Amino acid sequence: MQVIPVTAVRRGFGTTSRRDTWWAAPLAVFVGLSAFVVYATWAAFQGAHYTYGPYLSPFYSPEIFGDSPHAWFGPKPAAWPALLPFSPALLILPFPGLFRFTCYYYRGAYYKSFWADPPSCAVGEPRKSYWGEHSFPLILQNAHRFFMWVALVFIALLAYDVWLAMWFPDPATGGTVFGIGIGTLILGVNVVLLACYTWGCHVLRHLVGGRRDDQSQCGMAYACVSGLNGRHQLFAWCSLFSVMSSDLYVRLCSMGILTDLRLF
Amino acid sequence: MSQATFRIWRSKPGGENGGFIDYTTEISEGMVVLDAVHKIQAEQAQDLACRWNCKAGKCGSCSAEINGTPRLMCMSRLNSLDLTQPVTVEPMRTFPAIKDLVTDVSWNFRVKKGLKKFAPRKPDAPDGTWRMAQKDVDRVQEFRKCIECFLCQDVCHVLRDHEKHDAFIGPRFLTYTAALEMHPLDTADRLPDLKNQNGIGYCNITKCCTKVCPEHIHITDNAIIPLKERVVDRFYDPVMRLLRVFQG
Repeated sequence: MQVIPVTAVRRGFGTTSRRDTWWAAPLAVFVGLSAFVVYATWAAFQGAHYTYGPYLSPFYSPEIFGDSPHAWFGPKPAAWPALLPFSPALLILPFPGLFRFTCYYYRGAYYKSFWADPPSCAVGEPRKSYWGEHSFPLILQNAHRFFMWVALVFIALLAYDVWLAMWFPDPATGGTVFGIGIGTLILGVNVVLLACYTWGCHVLRHLVGGRRDDQSQCGMAYACVSGLNGRHQLFAWCSLFSVMSSDLYVRLCSMGILTDLRLF
Repeated sequence: MSQATFRIWRSKPGGENGGFIDYTTEISEGMVVLDAVHKIQAEQAQDLACRWNCKAGKCGSCSAEINGTPRLMCMSRLNSLDLTQPVTVEPMRTFPAIKDLVTDVSWNFRVKKGLKKFAPRKPDAPDGTWRMAQKDVDRVQEFRKCIECFLCQDVCHVLRDHEKHDAFIGPRFLTYTAALEMHPLDTADRLPDLKNQNGIGYCNITKCCTKVCPEHIHITDNAIIPLKERVVDRFYDPVMRLLRVFQG
């Protein structure tokens, strides 16, 4: 019988009796989210190599103003301030960005990984004060529902981009011809994963039936959204990876580093 | 028979601080941590205090922290633990210690008393009974699986690290409130309480409560977030406010 004296209950950053690799998951989230933010920011500021044939990078869709044939309203407006950097992505990326930033899954993940609040379950924190989402600034996370509506519109726009990605220029006629390329498949998988992530949103689940106590009157929508919601974390990561991969593929094709393979 | 060492928290008489004491005991196939603690209690430390009852994961009495993770001792099989080093067994850290592995969880019962009670609508039938669809009660059935082991309260960092016991009711009672608020017969309005004195905004959805729940209740996704969204509907969404004005 060996006595090991303990003078006080553990408090303080990182103190825990846990023996497992509790730091691995927060570290992986930190690395994954940081890599995405760095890449997305770099790609958004490039303003070039975001289209290739019928493909449009999801970071740049919808292209409201821009130089490519995908632009809705033509080139950059003449009134755009010269000092302000311009890229078609900068006009639209804040909306899906804020949708993810205020997402319930990501909130829980980055509070742990970036703010150590807590670093992991039953692991000591670095600070004593705490407001949570009870007051400013984190009370603003409640705006998630408004970004969700925009994200739903983006899913429709990205699905339309996949349709456009099936029509390749035909040099013989000068028109377009139906076809499927590797890029079409990549953009297609991307929009499916983004839809699974967006349609499994907790706010959407609330709006399609969660807010009601009579579930029997909600039809199938609540059950479907709940099914996707159960895999929200999985789709959050898969869609993050796919949207980054889609941009990278279009970019490498546009730069001539990759050759897009036409399946038919 | 092989041997394993258990590093068990022992409190000092009259003081809240204590220390770990290592006990080495024989173990056999199928044993759980509670079996080992009972064996140590019987053979080496007759004054070791430990709360337990059913030994089947249904009474919620033997909550403790095993190797730093909040768990039920009776549901922690020894073959799932690394026995090459001492297994630490501590009381729940969020609540005041009474003796050794026993903590004072009475705060939870005081919180429960302060919550709005079930307020059913008038009976649907002359015999005083109600009619409701099975689908309507399915959702709240999940929350009724709770055995009140208070492991979720123990692991919640708002209570554990920030000691917001006066401002936040914790995941157990947010689940309890969800069971009442989402009940198809209930008529009470709990949203102002949730926002104000129950402090639902303090939850930052780290899902630790869900991870430790021995009944596998989806506390965060099915109880807390839906309640948060109802609070947003009522207090933070100007569009919903406008709609309510038009709907009277």
